Amino acid sequence: MNYLQSIGYNTLNALTGFGRALLMLVGAIIAVPQRKNIRLTVHQIYVVGVQSLLIIMVSGLFIGMVMALQGYTILVNYGAEGSLGPMVALSLLRELGPVVTALLFAGRAGSALTAEIGLMKATEQLSSLEMMAVDPLRRIIAPRFWAGVIAMPMLALIFSAIGILGGHLVGVDWLGVDAGSYWSIMQATVEWDKDVVNGIIKSFVFAVVVTWIAIFKGYDAIPTSEGISQATTQTVVYSSLAVLGLDFVLTALMFGIN
Amino acid sequence: MSNSSTLVSVENLRFLRGNRVIYDDINLTIEKGKITAIMGPSGIGKTTLMKLIGGQLKPDSGDIRYAGDSIPQMSRRELYKTRKKMSMLFQSGALFTDISVFDNVAFALREHTKLDEDIIRTLVYLKLEAVGLRGAADLMPSELSGGMARRAALARAIALDPELIMYDEPFAGQDPISMGVLVKLIKALSSALDLTSIVVTHDVSEVLDIADYVYILANQKIIGEGTPSQIKASDSELVQQFLLGEADGPVPFHFPADDLFNTLLGTAQQGVKK
Repeated sequence: MNYLQSIGYNTLNALTGFGRALLMLVGAIIAVPQRKNIRLTVHQIYVVGVQSLLIIMVSGLFIGMVMALQGYTILVNYGAEGSLGPMVALSLLRELGPVVTALLFAGRAGSALTAEIGLMKATEQLSSLEMMAVDPLRRIIAPRFWAGVIAMPMLALIFSAIGILGGHLVGVDWLGVDAGSYWSIMQATVEWDKDVVNGIIKSFVFAVVVTWIAIFKGYDAIPTSEGISQATTQTVVYSSLAVLGLDFVLTALMFGIN
Repeated sequence: MSNSSTLVSVENLRFLRGNRVIYDDINLTIEKGKITAIMGPSGIGKTTLMKLIGGQLKPDSGDIRYAGDSIPQMSRRELYKTRKKMSMLFQSGALFTDISVFDNVAFALREHTKLDEDIIRTLVYLKLEAVGLRGAADLMPSELSGGMARRAALARAIALDPELIMYDEPFAGQDPISMGVLVKLIKALSSALDLTSIVVTHDVSEVLDIADYVYILANQKIIGEGTPSQIKASDSELVQQFLLGEADGPVPFHFPADDLFNTLLGTAQQGVKK
């Protein structure tokens, strides 16, 4: 009986939590854009986007390099090392770019967003905004949400571009793959709408989910040091699981069914 | 119950947090231009009362009226409009930590007015001068002491020249000098700006010096009210226990618990495990 009760209790908790998160998201999305908010959003794009550039670029470079190295050792057995370019490019644009960027974004910017908003709640800054007749959803949540949604697809594209250059560095400059075939087969194989656009759509979906989780976990955090620590951890865990799960669904929809 | 000199009236207010009753049918009025102190032991929901007046919480029953209008029944737009006329000084100060003291004070002016930056600058410096922090305008909140942070928050609270200002434990954790400064500021601002002030505190001597009227809350009710001299002369044991700071009395020293004998012999523990 207790077991049944706890299932019911946890289900109700999860549903009310989802309801609160949905209301917050709607509040953030329909927040009327004002000139002041655009300035705040640009600042947040700098905080969550520009300040994440270094980790994104370095990760992209190394992942591109590793892929080229692994790909070359297999492709060379079949004399197909000329296909290294499309292999690296397609893996990055379709999968690794959006997914790894989202995971890194959740760890770097998502956790920071949760902690920042959670601390604003704990130090009564959100309450003081309310009392100053300023809607925290419009002033705090909306700029951060839109910043995440705008920044992440751009970061994913940068990740893929740097990864392709990393692949070139290892494949062409180090292992001696022909530069012409690296670029030309890539150009012939990668399709704009199927590969690049689908990658951007994936990244956009991940951006919405990761940023939503991050800001909601901060907004809904228990305003104590333990509560904020818990919320920050949950942001990274839930975001990572959501990204990996959604990636499978999106890949199946985009590439799996002909 | 309310008349033209009443700014806020709390009528038959009942408020629960979960199953715990915080307020059970309380009534109080806040007169215009006066300093009203609300005192009581820690944890009886004094801050909750301010959040109810500010519309951040809704009562389970009863009404809270601001200038005759029911706060719980206001739409969000009406509530925000009303909040522009009131202000709150939070216990922590609640300054925005990512902007300077100047920008904190300018915040509400920039949000709610279309004044030129030159005029905002003048207004901000006047407010900071009033609290003695003009020289700290460019400091960040993290560079301020506790007392200075509260004064900066006070400057921010009066930025829009509100009708009502609510002080949440303004003296908590302050050294005697900072406390003296804050007492002086609350009194001076109240008379200079004709502000209506609600001071929620348990610092008895400080607040009795400046308050025009006092309510004492305990056990979910108002246990005493009157002018400071009436309160001091009250024959209620509860009021006297609070004023004299006695550890035990009508407000018990012990939090309600099972019988000590049972607890020590483990009966209560076993009961919990079952």
